[in-house]
Formats: sequence, structure tokens, C-alpha cells
Amino acid sequence: MTGLYTLFLKELLRFFKVSLQTILSPLVTTLLYLLIFSHVLETHVQVYPGVAYTAFLIPGLVMMAMLQNAFSNSSSSLIQSKMSGNIVFILLPPLAYWEFYVAYVAASVVRGVVVGAGVGLAGLWFASLPVAHPLWMLAFAVAGCAMLGAAGIVSALWAEDYDQMAAVQNFVVVPLTFLSGVFYSIHSLPPFWQAVSRYNPFFYLIDGFRYGFFGISDVPPGEGLLIVAVCFLALSLATLLLLKSGYKLRK
Amino acid sequence: MTPAIQVQSVHKRFRDVHALRGVDLAVEQGEFFALLGPNGAGKTTLISLLAGLSRATSGRLAVMGHDVVADYREARRALGVVPQELVYDAFFTVREMLRFQSGYFGLRRNDPWIDELLENLALTDKADAYVRNLSGGMKRRVLVAQALVHKPAVVVLDEPTAGVDVELRQSLWGFIKRLNREGHTIVLTTHYLEEAETLCSRIAMLKLGEVVALDTTANLLAGHATSQVALRLDPPRLPEALQSRLVGQEGEVFRLALRQCGELESVLAVLRENGVAVQDLEVAKPDLEDVFLELVK
Repeated sequence: MTGLYTLFLKELLRFFKVSLQTILSPLVTTLLYLLIFSHVLETHVQVYPGVAYTAFLIPGLVMMAMLQNAFSNSSSSLIQSKMSGNIVFILLPPLAYWEFYVAYVAASVVRGVVVGAGVGLAGLWFASLPVAHPLWMLAFAVAGCAMLGAAGIVSALWAEDYDQMAAVQNFVVVPLTFLSGVFYSIHSLPPFWQAVSRYNPFFYLIDGFRYGFFGISDVPPGEGLLIVAVCFLALSLATLLLLKSGYKLRK
Repeated sequence: MTPAIQVQSVHKRFRDVHALRGVDLAVEQGEFFALLGPNGAGKTTLISLLAGLSRATSGRLAVMGHDVVADYREARRALGVVPQELVYDAFFTVREMLRFQSGYFGLRRNDPWIDELLENLALTDKADAYVRNLSGGMKRRVLVAQALVHKPAVVVLDEPTAGVDVELRQSLWGFIKRLNREGHTIVLTTHYLEEAETLCSRIAMLKLGEVVALDTTANLLAGHATSQVALRLDPPRLPEALQSRLVGQEGEVFRLALRQCGELESVLAVLRENGVAVQDLEVAKPDLEDVFLELVK
């Protein structure tokens, strides 16, 4: 297991070495969202009864930051290694494909949780937050980061340059996170868009994560976690099969 | 004894390119072996297959008896590869890279050997420098150190001295020769044919994905190349009997081919009989470049 552990440590050190970019920058961006939206909408919108809009917004922004950063971590590390050619340093050693998967996903979870914790803690300055069900909160946080960590691997395996990688991030990940109920409850949407939202796995992540704080959700948390778990397992299976086949790594 | 490297009937096809066409090769343990050939001959493809960076279309490859696919973990533990491309990870220092590489091979506390590698490759004072800030030659030596970090039984160096200056090239070869003396098998590809001629006891030459020669360096030199003698003649006229040996003429200097140096005596006898005096004479021994050119033309 030394190989797996080392690869995991390398991935952690990689993002900690550029923490201005990987931790502080997303934290500031997310706090700017919080500052602007809470200032503009605080007195106009109430999504859940008795919950201030700023308080409602914080868990969504935390989850959004976690998902985007978990995706960024595995995808940027892998695409950079592929483009610069230093991927050989992990292809030459006796690392198994599943060790590769575990190390990259675990590092993505750590980065996602670190950024999410930062946003959450900073958010406390804007509003006080209850924590109704910490285990649900943790379960959705870890599942979300792991899912996006795996998605990051698949995307970076597929992408052949930085442009294609950015396309996945900008045209898939960002829209899915923005349209998942970060800023609103899906009950405030017209029926058609409510139905569409239910096909977005990110919706269940944000809804379930928010349940961990307020004990209120659009979908029962057990059902949400089950859907997330199925998506995560399907994505993981795809990732493992691609890694095992050497897809775009071992020609 | 199990061969250090065994390549059996290996074919590799990339879409419309047949890069390796049934390569058979065995490198014995402890050998200093050269893999030569022009660009596109398939040298790097063969190394990639051995290292697991690429998969053979058919055939079998083994390192120290371990199949590179079925028993890839053991095969890779036994193999250290210095890639041709000057690659590095911009995020890390030399020591960090070597520690990571050790860890990937399952070695936790490897600093004594890392320090020895750094010293032997003249990198000690660069241990804490970021690899991205090093010169090309230094980056190349970091790659060598990374390949040796797990003390592999077989070391494959794909163009290891490209871009390394003469002095450091000598110290690098000194170190590699030491590893060979200590029992490591060395496989080398290089464009500097004199390096292969000096260092390697056996050579395989590849051309268009096929092995066109596989023999000891001495046999290749003896069997495939001719010596040449350059003669300044007075009068500057080559007798008819020697015309078949003529390979070139520059003014009064005639260059004649000799299969063996012993043939020089009969050449001189013919000249004497024809009343041609020799004013100057120089014999050039064949080198690997001649063999290479003859085999790949």
C-alpha cells in the first residue's frame, strides 16, 4: 500500500503547494457570491420557513465549492501530467489501476472538504447555521467530492488538451452545479424544470447536504443518498474500467 | 539463467503503422546491451512495451522472467527506465520527486540511496531545487536518478546523454558502468554510436521494426565493415588491379577498402609491381557508424 499512500500524498502536496490558487481563490470567489446574493436577496426571498436566505444559501455554496474543487483536483492534476508527459512517473512504477483511482479520488475529497470547510467557516460570519444532522451532512459531502473526483479522472482521461478539459468544466460541471438548487429550492421552479432538475445528480447532493443543516429537504435524504451512491458507483466503475484498459494512457 | 529481458515474436501496430514486426531478442543478466537504429526503427516502441507504457499487439515480453502484462508488478520492480523525453513535474523539488518515486515502488525510507544517487549524478547541491529550474542536462540526470531509485536489476536508458555536456556525460557513464559491474543489466539506445561501441558488449540493430543484426560488438565490426587505407601515390595513378577496391579519391589520395588489414600487403605489392610509389599512408579502422550505415541503408 506504500505506492497508493505515496501517490495520495503527492496529490495532496500538489494542491497544497499552490494553495493560493487551489484553496484561497475558490474560497474568495464563493464568498463573493455569498456577499452579493445575500445582500441583494436577503429581504426578498425566503425558501424554507424560518430560515434566512443567507443561511439557506451557505450550504449550497459550500457544496458547490466542494464539487467544483474536487473535480478540478483530479482533472487538472491528470491533464497536466498527460500534457507535460510526467504521467510516465506513475505509469512506470508497479501501481495498480485501482490504486491510481483511490489516490486521485481521495485527494479530491480532501481538497473538496478543505475548501468546503473554509467556505462554511467564513460563511458563519454572514449568518449562524444550525447543524441538524451532521452525519447526513458528512455523507453527502464525501459522496459528492468522491463522485466529482472520479468524474475528474474520466474527463482528464478523455480530454486531449487543456481546451477540451476546460470545456467539460465550463459546459458540464459548472452548469450542473448552478442548476442544482444552490441558489433556490426546486419547489420554486415551474413543474417542467422541477422534473428536469431531478435528472441532475448534483441536485440530490445539494439538497441532501442542506438537509444536514436544516433538517428540511426537497427529497427525502435517504432517497437522495441512494441516487448519489448509484451515480458514484456507476462513475467509479467506468473510471476503473477505463484505467484498467489503459484508455489514452497506455497506447 | 533467466534472461534479463526476453522479447518473443513481438508485433506492435498503431492504426496504419506496423511499428514492430516480429521482434525476437534476449538480453542476458549483467550485459551492457545497445539497441540501435535510425529514427522510426522501433527502439522507443520496444522500450515502451517493456515498461508497460504501451501494449504489444501480439507476442510476449518479460523482464527478469516476469511477464510485463500478467506479472506487471514484478516486471516493473525489476526495471528502471530513463525516458527519452525530458519530462519533469513542475510542482516538486528533486528530493521530493525521488522520494515519491521511491514510494511508488514501495520503498518508504530510501534517503541514504537517494543521497548516493544525488552525489553520483552531481546533483547534491540541487536536491532542494525545483526540477523546473534546472538546466536540460541536470533534468536529464534527475531522470536517471528517478529510474535508479528502486535499484532495478535492469536499467533501460533511452538516449540518456542527449543534451548532457561532455564532462558530465563521462561521469554519467562512469556511474552506469559501476552499476553494470555491480550486476545491473544495462540496455542503452543512443545516437552517439561511439558510446555504444565503447560501452556495450552486444548490440541489436533495428530497422523498420525488425532486428537486422544481433551480435557482439566485435563480431559486428568484423563482419559488416571494412577498414580503409588512404594512399598518396606518385605518380597519382591507381593500377587496374586495384580499381575494384577504390572507394574514393581526393587529388593524389586514393581510399581503398580492405576486408582485413592483412590485405594491405598485397595492395602495396601491386603498387610496387606497377612502379607506383607510396608517399603517405593512413589506415582507418572500421567503426560502428560504418556498420550502422551498411545495415540500415
